Amino acid sequence: MRDKQIEDLKDYKYGFSTDIENFKAPKGLNEDVIKFISNIKKEPKWLLDWRLKAFERLKVLKEPDWQKPKYPKIDYQDLYYYSAPKSFKDKPKSLDELDPKLLETYQKLGIPLNEQKRLNGIAVDAVFDSVSVATTFKETLTKQGIIFCSISEAVQKHPELVKKYLGTVIPLTDHFFATLNSAVFTDGSFVYIPPGVRCPMELSTYFRINASDTGQFERTLIIADKGSYVSYLEGCTAPMRDENQLHAANVELIALDDAEIKYSTVQNWYPGDKDGKGGIYNFVTKRGLCKGKNSKISWTQVETGSAITWKYPSCILKGDNSIGEFYSIAITNNHQKADTGTKMIHLGKNTKSKIISKGISAGFSDMTYRGLVDISPKATNSNNFTQCDSLLMGNKCGAHTVPYIKNKNSDSNIAHEATTSKISEEQLHYCQQRGLNPEEAVGLIVNGFCKEVLQQLPMEFAVEAQKLVGISLEGSVG
Amino acid sequence: MLKINNLSAKIDNKSILQDFKLEINPGEVHAIMGPNGSGKSTLSNILSGKKGYDVTGEVLFENNDLFSLETEERAHKGIFLAFQYPLEIPGVNTNVFLKTSLNAIKKARGEKELDAIQFLKLVKEKAKELKFDEEKLGRQLNVGFSGGEKKKNEILQMSILNPKLSILDETDSGLDIDALKTVADGVNALRKKNNSFLIITHYQRLLEYIKPDFVHVLMSGKIIKSGGPELALELEKKGYENIN
Repeated sequence: MRDKQIEDLKDYKYGFSTDIENFKAPKGLNEDVIKFISNIKKEPKWLLDWRLKAFERLKVLKEPDWQKPKYPKIDYQDLYYYSAPKSFKDKPKSLDELDPKLLETYQKLGIPLNEQKRLNGIAVDAVFDSVSVATTFKETLTKQGIIFCSISEAVQKHPELVKKYLGTVIPLTDHFFATLNSAVFTDGSFVYIPPGVRCPMELSTYFRINASDTGQFERTLIIADKGSYVSYLEGCTAPMRDENQLHAANVELIALDDAEIKYSTVQNWYPGDKDGKGGIYNFVTKRGLCKGKNSKISWTQVETGSAITWKYPSCILKGDNSIGEFYSIAITNNHQKADTGTKMIHLGKNTKSKIISKGISAGFSDMTYRGLVDISPKATNSNNFTQCDSLLMGNKCGAHTVPYIKNKNSDSNIAHEATTSKISEEQLHYCQQRGLNPEEAVGLIVNGFCKEVLQQLPMEFAVEAQKLVGISLEGSVG
Repeated sequence: MLKINNLSAKIDNKSILQDFKLEINPGEVHAIMGPNGSGKSTLSNILSGKKGYDVTGEVLFENNDLFSLETEERAHKGIFLAFQYPLEIPGVNTNVFLKTSLNAIKKARGEKELDAIQFLKLVKEKAKELKFDEEKLGRQLNVGFSGGEKKKNEILQMSILNPKLSILDETDSGLDIDALKTVADGVNALRKKNNSFLIITHYQRLLEYIKPDFVHVLMSGKIIKSGGPELALELEKKGYENIN
């Protein structure tokens, strides 16, 4: 079987394991598959070498196992690492050439892809399985020198930028899932904002896992050059499937002097059914580097989906006076599990970080906030403020807070506040007496609990996120 | 409007209300007075739909069996409870809460919901009438409010929701004289429109400002005496012990 697949690879023009809808690399993780991916993307040699180096490193890395949610062993040889809708063999040149079925899917997802959505001022780079489907608003952005395209396209058209920054925040050798991503990443978004430019619209990517047995490995790279600003939103959904699917993305952000990046995520991957069957393993590495002085990186995440969410969007505050922020809402219901938080690494002087985390657990779910605040000896006059609040619904779920605090500079300080509370019967009764049904009441109370974080989201998405918060907790009361 | 027949209630096997009877007609104001532990709050809890009680008997609200209705359905039909201890809901703006509440009720009734502008006009008007500090409307619901402000907020909600039957559970306790008058003004303004009230209180003080049509004395889960407004004065003089 394996031999046959390799045979197929050699003759990849015709021999791909294709079915009606998808165009896949053979199953399994090996050098040939990596070469296949690199080849089909017509990548330069340096990138293939880079991938292979990651793969070499991967061989000696072990999957981490310190996290709270455990999961059955993943057979990495039983996954597909490349899957594209078949119609992509001849890449569409414009939206009009797209398979109408794809467009329909995006419509169902409510993704602002076509003209009518232009009014919303959102530029979208949509990723359907492994290929970037369409990039809109390119012209408007191009005029200002902004580059917003798929990372595959960036490799072709802006290799110098990709080469300069790729892997500089999440190195090849980082950890198992990040290194796996480096070896096999398929597509993702690339953003470059030139010096002094304030990106005039929200940039947005919607990821969607469609094909079964497919791991999705996106790679996103965002560079804000000196004095620039960009706000980026990532939204995720996946269809229902019985088996678990792995999602191991890498996101790297780089902010140069006086630049600011605001990165918001609304993650609504399929969480599995009520009994915990199926769902996405969302094992994602997100890291931002405040490379220049006075730079700022702000992460906002609303995590409501996935069977297991395991991620720590982090900031490395290297530039003096740089600022890192992390605003998080994580909701787990039924049998979902989450182990999420952030890392704030203070290296420069006068660096500041702020962490606001709101965890809500219901049903049989389990939620852990895990965070690191590390102030290095040179980070004089730096400070961190952390607030972790947990809200429990029912008495079969769990909430845990695991803060790691390292302060190696006596001029710097760290403040940590944490609360755990429950929605009381009295609060519910009060809301119901005012005409709200139990689910509306929970939605209202939970939205109140999350308010500080919801306020951080761009307007259009705050409304969506508010609804999502309500929907995620459906069935958790009464 | 409201008919209570032979209502008995237990909690953890402890009997609280026994064969309780009461009938309230449209436009009437009934006051229930009684000492601590007589079952006053249990009555308001049961009428509003709070869970945890074993109840027998019958309660009809406009000929609907109240026990077959969920708490929110009772609210949709026009029952309002001003809570003895109004709840705090952190992060939820008072205005947002009020608007959500009003629109949930309107929606359930098949009426047109108010948009933000219409709502703000209504809430500002009512707040002014009740001398409710407008600045508080923008604050988190009841968070950091004084006892009096919380009670006034209940009356503000009542006047916005315009319920057919309002139950005031010791709304007067802990209020200074100005706040007491404000509460009474709120009730009296609604009273003109033929709305009914069940006012639960320890003291007759509130009844100086809201003239009840009927006064009932509740002792050990039963109404032991009913009468007109003069009964409240008699109670004040004699005390609960000697009312029989």
